Amino acid sequence: MMMNHTLKSQCKVSPGTVIAGKWHLNKYTIIKELGFGANGVVYLAKHNHTHVALKMSDNGMSITSEVNVLKSFAKVQGPLTLGPSLLDVDDWQSNRGRISFYVMEYIQGPDFLTFLQQKGKSWTSVLFLQLLNDLDKLHESGWVFGDLKPENLIVTGPPSRMRCIDVGGTTIQGRAIKEFTEFYDRGYWGLGSRKAEPSYDLFAVAMIMINTAYPNRFSKTTGGISQLREAVRQKPELAAWEKVIFKSLQGHYRSAKEMRTDLLSLMIDKKIPDPPKRAQEANVDNQKKKPSLHPQGSQPITRQNYRKGRKKSGWKEFFFIAVVLGLFYAWYTFNKLL
Amino acid sequence: MYTGKIRQILLITDGCSNQGDDPIAMAALAKEQGITVNVIGVMEQDVIDEKGITEIEGIALSGGGVSQIVYAKALSHTVQMVTRKAMNQTIQGVVNRELQQILGRSQTMEDLPPEKRGEVMEVVDELGETVELNVLILVDTSASMKHKLPTVKEALLDLSLSLNARTGENQFSVYVFPGKKKDVELLLDWTPKLQTLTSVFSQLTTGGITPTGPALRTALSSFEQKQSIRSLLSRDDESYFEESM
Repeated sequence: MMMNHTLKSQCKVSPGTVIAGKWHLNKYTIIKELGFGANGVVYLAKHNHTHVALKMSDNGMSITSEVNVLKSFAKVQGPLTLGPSLLDVDDWQSNRGRISFYVMEYIQGPDFLTFLQQKGKSWTSVLFLQLLNDLDKLHESGWVFGDLKPENLIVTGPPSRMRCIDVGGTTIQGRAIKEFTEFYDRGYWGLGSRKAEPSYDLFAVAMIMINTAYPNRFSKTTGGISQLREAVRQKPELAAWEKVIFKSLQGHYRSAKEMRTDLLSLMIDKKIPDPPKRAQEANVDNQKKKPSLHPQGSQPITRQNYRKGRKKSGWKEFFFIAVVLGLFYAWYTFNKLL
Repeated sequence: MYTGKIRQILLITDGCSNQGDDPIAMAALAKEQGITVNVIGVMEQDVIDEKGITEIEGIALSGGGVSQIVYAKALSHTVQMVTRKAMNQTIQGVVNRELQQILGRSQTMEDLPPEKRGEVMEVVDELGETVELNVLILVDTSASMKHKLPTVKEALLDLSLSLNARTGENQFSVYVFPGKKKDVELLLDWTPKLQTLTSVFSQLTTGGITPTGPALRTALSSFEQKQSIRSLLSRDDESYFEESM
């Protein structure tokens, strides 16, 4: 769609080309192209009889920036296994000019959606649990993944394991998200800012869940939570996740761990606590205020009731209390009059 | 650390200028004043002709900025990407000049070994997050742009969403050309809130002329005025990034 001829032509190399590093003098033989994105081309290459992935770009800045991310992943205690491990960084003097590149571990496997098509739905939840676990570690170490989408998620194995292959969007928490894809971006849907915080990634996870039922995605019409809610309700296969998806889309999860716990309890049929709703809060307020007018005897009842069932029996309870209080008050005034 | 600001003009158009000053010369003038000019060409079913594309690329080239031709539906993503990319280019230019002063002539970031480059990049990232950014948006509202204006508005709101996620301050201003009475018309004066762009915007359209050059000239003077008002108010020396690309 965008016209980016320069990038493609500069970094296009044919299989068999030997890429020699200027600084570290390592040599890599290109085998084939694995894919290309906004920031460069990734090749499968051979180095000392092992397969590696080599990413090159004529934009040295984006290469350096990604290398920084991968380096800091390696520094974290119990290294983050979500991204690939970094092997080498160098420049290559080609006949078309200098090209920066870095070499990483080659992560082999189908992408997330392809994997699900091949292996069936029973894997879906397991992979999401894995992903949330990895995201939690990433967030704990102060980063946000940013450009989370199925194309960037590879399932390796056996044993099957989810890995991320493109760290171009990974951002330090508190900064502005560097790179994103509209469908998975909460800003696009009008459901939040583009500040790098854990809930930004969790929104993307929910969108990937929706994506499993809509392989071709869909675009924004009205936007907002209403369109997404409608989309989820139209697909019976999403019904099981509905609560987790809605909570995540509205930013109710503060950590990946919270979302994971909810997802896990869905799989073993436990109840998920509802997100707090304004209407209910208002209700509770009413109940709390009333007793203060009539302190005698009524307070313990209300408190108990409030704790027991603040979710479902809200209205029933409200009327019950109103009637009881009414009776008390009638009795009280009646006594006074006498 | 550096406490200047970055000044950009973002021109959104769908074709060739046909009245007044040469826009490419105006862009060069902007660059001389330390203002980067970025251009986005919007297509729909229609394709921008060769002449239009040459002009779009020419303006960005002499304005030291970035140009991109896109279909209307990809506009939002492009607007924020182009702005960010140009900002990073400017910062990199400044950092490179600092490096040259420290390390001697012809040394740029790219000449450093990859390990050192990483450290410099952290500084560039940090600056990109915190620097003050002034973006003046110039929107072509000639007849052919009419049905693209709602998309342009959406893209601008999206831009403010992206930029306001930064810690640094942002100032936006919006001009349209041709205006009702003059060649160029002010729609939104300098403000940190681009969201205030009114609903009037989507309905704007006027006749067939496309005075891109005069529009750029007005944009430049708007930066001038802003600067003089600022200096009257604060009386402190403000430094600007100068373009060197």
